[in-house]
Amino acid sequence: MGGTIQNRDAFLATIATQLGREPKMKVEKPIWKHQPQRTVLADASLDELLGVLRVQCEQIHTDIVETTKESLPVALDEVVKAYGGGPLSLWKDGRFGEYGLSDLLETKWPSEQIEVNSWDPSLGEKNIELAEQANIGITFSDMTLAESGTVVLFSSADKGRSVSLLPTHYIALIPKSTLVPRITQASDMIREKLNNGEQVPSCINFITGPSNSADIEMNLVIGVHGPVKATYMVIEDC
Amino acid sequence: MAMKFSKKNFTDRTKENISDDFMRQAVASAQERLHGRRLDAAEELGSWEEWRSHGEEIRQHVLENLDFYLHQLSENVAERGGHVFFAKTAEEASDYVRDVIKKKDGKKVVKSKSMVTEEINLNAVLEEAGCEVIETDLGEYILQVDDHDPPSHIVAPALHKNREQIREVFEKKLDYHKTSKPEELALHAREKLRQEFLDADIGITGCNFAIAETGSISLVTNEGNARLVSALPKTQITVMGMERVVPSFEEFEVLVSLLTRSAVGQKLTSYVTALTGTRDEGDVDGPEEFHLVIVDNGRSEILGTEFQSVLQCIRCAACVNVCPVYRHIGGHSYGSIYSGPIGAVLSPLLGGYDDFKELPFASTLCGACTDACPVKIPLHELLHTHRRIIVEEEGRSPISERLAMKAFGIGAASNPLYSMGSKVASTAMKPLTKNDRISKGPGPLKDWTDLREFPAVGNTRFRDWFYDQKGGK
Ligand code: SF4
Repeated sequence: MGGTIQNRDAFLATIATQLGREPKMKVEKPIWKHQPQRTVLADASLDELLGVLRVQCEQIHTDIVETTKESLPVALDEVVKAYGGGPLSLWKDGRFGEYGLSDLLETKWPSEQIEVNSWDPSLGEKNIELAEQANIGITFSDMTLAESGTVVLFSSADKGRSVSLLPTHYIALIPKSTLVPRITQASDMIREKLNNGEQVPSCINFITGPSNSADIEMNLVIGVHGPVKATYMVIEDC
Repeated sequence: MAMKFSKKNFTDRTKENISDDFMRQAVASAQERLHGRRLDAAEELGSWEEWRSHGEEIRQHVLENLDFYLHQLSENVAERGGHVFFAKTAEEASDYVRDVIKKKDGKKVVKSKSMVTEEINLNAVLEEAGCEVIETDLGEYILQVDDHDPPSHIVAPALHKNREQIREVFEKKLDYHKTSKPEELALHAREKLRQEFLDADIGITGCNFAIAETGSISLVTNEGNARLVSALPKTQITVMGMERVVPSFEEFEVLVSLLTRSAVGQKLTSYVTALTGTRDEGDVDGPEEFHLVIVDNGRSEILGTEFQSVLQCIRCAACVNVCPVYRHIGGHSYGSIYSGPIGAVLSPLLGGYDDFKELPFASTLCGACTDACPVKIPLHELLHTHRRIIVEEEGRSPISERLAMKAFGIGAASNPLYSMGSKVASTAMKPLTKNDRISKGPGPLKDWTDLREFPAVGNTRFRDWFYDQKGGK
C-alpha cells in the first residue's frame, strides 16, 4: 500500500547544489540551545494545572464543569439537556463504561427518546451522516493541555474524526489525570510511542474550544464550521 | 490568482488604496488588535526572546539540511500510503493537481486556506479544467464570492472589507437577506458551505508544517474548515512550499506555539490537526487517497544566498501587523499575494524584480518587523539588501531609483513615517550614501510627494500609535 514518489532526486540535488554541498543522507539533530518550552508550568501539580485550565477556558469561550466519577452521569445528563438533548454522536470507547456511563447511554437516554449513536465502523459512511445530524458530539480527551485549554484526540477506527467536528455542540470528557502542562508533553508522548514501535494515528486533533473566526472586521464570531459551543467536563479520577 | 494580481503600477495601486478610508481604518484597527494580542500572548509566555531564538535555530537547522528532511518526509508519507510529487515550478504543481483530479473524475473541490496554492495559480487552472473550486475559509470565501477580490493580509485575507460590503456581496451573490451582523453572516456561510463539504469529492489544503519523522502534515485553523476538507472528501491533496518542514513533533510544537501566538495571540488556535497518510485500516472518515505536492517555484534559488533566512518564515503576519507602511498603504498596494514586510522581501525573490522592484522601497526600515518576527528573520536588513542590489547591481528603473533617493530625502526630513525609527538613520543610509547616484541628492521626487499629499492617516494618530507600541506600555 506504499505510495509513489515522483521527481525527488533532481529536486533534492538542486537544493544540495544551492547549499554548496553533496546531498545529505544522514543528519543528526543538534541538541537545541534554547528550550524554553520545558520550563512552562514544569513543577505545577495536577490541581494547579486544573486552575490554569479553568482560567484558560474563559479565554476560549468554553464552559467547564468539574465533577467526580460518581456524579458524572448526572452532570453529563445536565449538560446534554442544557444543549437541547439528542441526537448524540459518540466515540465507541471503553472509557464510557469505565466511567460509569453505560446505564445513561444504553438505558436512560434511549428511554427519554434521546438518540445515542456510537461510532460503528461496520456502518461505514452512515457514521458521518449520523454525526452530521447530531446535536452534540461527545468524546474523551486522550491528553489535556492546561496552558492552552486543549484536548488531544487520537483517531482510530472506533474514534472517528467527525464526532468532534460535525455536531452543533461538543462535550469533551476529561479525566483529571490526563492533564499535562502544555503541548510539549503531548509531543513527547507521541514520540515515545514512536520509539516503542507504534505508528502515529492517521489523525491527531488538538482542539481548543469551539470553532471561531475573526475574518469579518476582526470581530470574533464563535461557531463557524465546527461546533458552535463546547463544554469540558473534568472528572476527578485520582 | 497568481502571485501578482494587479497590472497597475505600484504608484497607482498605492494611490487607489490610500484614498480608501474604510480600508485604512480597518487595517489600522486590525493591526492594533492583532499586535496587542500578540504582545499579551508573548508576555504571558515569558522568555519570549528564548522562544524566538529556539524558533530561529530550528528553522535554520532545517534549511541547512533541507534535502535530508524532505527525503525523510517523502519516505514516511509514502510508507503511510500517500503519494509525493516534487514540483519544480508552479505549472508542474498545478498541472499535477489537475491531473490527479481528472483521474479521479473529481467535480467539486473544497479548499482550505493556502497561500502556496494562490502562488501557483491553482484555482484558475482547476476551473479551466472544469472543476468547481470552493474556498472554505470564511475570509477567502467572502473574496471568492465577490468575484475573486484579491487577499489583502496573509492571515486575515478579507481585512479590507467591512460588514456592510460583505452583506451586500452575500445579498447579491448568495441570496442572503439578513443583517450585516458578523454572526449572521458567518452562520450563512456555515450553512452554505456545510453541504459543499459533504458533496465534495476532492479536498485541497495547504500545510503549516510537515513533520519529517512521521510523514505528517499539519493544519492550524480556528474555523474548522481545514478539518472538514481533510475528513470528508475521498481524495485529499496537500500543497506545501518546500521549506515548511520540521524534523519531528518536538520542533513542530514549538513552531506551532510561535505561530499561533504571533498570528492571532492565541496559545493555540481552536484546531491544530496533524494528519498522517491516508485513513487507517478500518477508519471511516479521512481520505482514501492522499497526495502531497512539494513546491519549489523559486525557493531553491534563495537557498545559499544572502536571502536564505527569509525561508525561515512561518507566515504568521506579525511583521505585517506592526508595519507602519502597510498600515498606510494597505495590503492591495503591494500587488502581490504576499503583502507587508514579508511580502516586500519575498515577492521580488519569487516573482522577480521586474514586477516587484518597488516593494523593497515600501518600507521605512524602522525595524519593527524584525523585532516582531518569531523566527528572527532580519527583515529590514533583507529589504535593505534588495535596495542595494536593485540600485547598485541592477542599476535599475527610474522609479525605484527616485523612490530610493526619496527614502533618503525623507529620512532626513521630519516626516514621521521616516523619522520615528531610530534604526532608520543608521542602517538605511549608510550603503545608500555610498552610491554616487543617490548621494547626489534628491532629484525629481514627484511620486512620493504625491502620496504624502493624500488625506492620509493623521500624523498625530500615527505617532501616538507608534509610541504606544514602542514605549507606552
Ligand atoms: S517574516 Fe517573520 S513575522 Fe513575517 S510572516 Fe514570516 S515569520 Fe511572521
